[in-house]
Amino acid sequence: MKPDSDLIALQKRLLARMAHNSRSLPITRIMEVCGTHTMAIGRFGLRRVLPDNIRLISGPGCPVCVTPAGYIDQAIAIARKHGLTLAAFGDLLRVPGRTGSLETARAEGVGVEIILSPSDLFRLKKPLLFLATGFETTLAPIASVIQETVQRKEQNIFFLTSFKIVPPTLHLLLNDPEIGIDAFLLPGHVSAIIGEAAYGVLPVPSVIAGFECLSILLALDKIVSMKQDGLTGVANTYRQAVTRNGNRVAQKLIAEMLEPCDEPWRGIGPLPGCSLQLRPAYHSVDAVRVFSLPPLENENTPGCCCGDILKGKIRPFDCPLFAKSCTPDSPVGPCMVSSEGTCAAFYKYERTAP
Amino acid sequence: MCLAVPGKILSIEDKKAVVDINGMQTRADLSLLPDAKVGDYVIVHTGFAIQKYNDKEAEETLQAIREALGEA
Repeated sequence: MKPDSDLIALQKRLLARMAHNSRSLPITRIMEVCGTHTMAIGRFGLRRVLPDNIRLISGPGCPVCVTPAGYIDQAIAIARKHGLTLAAFGDLLRVPGRTGSLETARAEGVGVEIILSPSDLFRLKKPLLFLATGFETTLAPIASVIQETVQRKEQNIFFLTSFKIVPPTLHLLLNDPEIGIDAFLLPGHVSAIIGEAAYGVLPVPSVIAGFECLSILLALDKIVSMKQDGLTGVANTYRQAVTRNGNRVAQKLIAEMLEPCDEPWRGIGPLPGCSLQLRPAYHSVDAVRVFSLPPLENENTPGCCCGDILKGKIRPFDCPLFAKSCTPDSPVGPCMVSSEGTCAAFYKYERTAP
Repeated sequence: MCLAVPGKILSIEDKKAVVDINGMQTRADLSLLPDAKVGDYVIVHTGFAIQKYNDKEAEETLQAIREALGEA
């Protein structure tokens, strides 16, 4: 979509309609749970143009952010001990573990390859350990590659998985009385995989959104009108990509290969059933089994408020470390480490309180 | 991390497609979307087509907004 005058006019009219329709609403907290939405909301400056009572809060929207520091430490330790090359998506390169990042490990001689697609693993130097992180969007392609690895009987590619899933997480966030969520802006590309139906019954207005400015406004307008009419449940404003039932092939693959587990989320702690691990048929390539790794522990960084930020309880500029000792160049907490993290987005677009 | 872009399938060979994304050609694995055909628009994420992209729905959505705003 080009930002032509027609679209700008539409966006203005949608904002005007939202302002009108939200007049009688109390403060309404809308949580987005997708890092790409977090970035888009910052980039388009939406928080500054929405009615005062419509508040956008950022939830745990980026799988990189919620990957525990101990996970990074484990990967680097295995690489050193067994002489493996590490492969990862670029987002993970600077995520700090407790003893260093992939970037600092590389400077110290560990082989680290950044890949754009999990299919790239087959052409890299082996033995190889892939840091397999992602929400449903990404874990479906990774699952496909894990299956191919096993089918090819590759002996030298291993997967250290940290897979997170969205629907059960939403229900847990809703049940936390400290957060207070009135509506969800649901992720577009996770939904492309899992479909509208996967969210089940959500007791607040929950609208699947695309990533253009107009798409996000359209979803927010839908939330406001659902609020006004006292409606709850899932609506879809990203029909170009999201169907009722999603991608069945991907869902079948995920269900066959992965099972729920209770891995901790960085900054949040354990969220029961909100992570996935490989089923026994894939243990021959599962780094946790092959290298007998202990379960990841809960961890806290002193002074870091990321847990409260990831739950939308406070905003990044309310944290004493934000933009001081914690910056994108030298991140302390998970929300700053990923370019799509809440703090990284606020650092770039909304560094001070409005 | 879940960034994904739509593109048009130009050719398919052995479950791998060549996809045109804004004039740039790239490869996309069709394992997760085995019924995709040449000419289809698909959403590409980490080298995989993850879902079809329905341009008609985009137009209809835009039309629905215009109607709701009383512009049609």
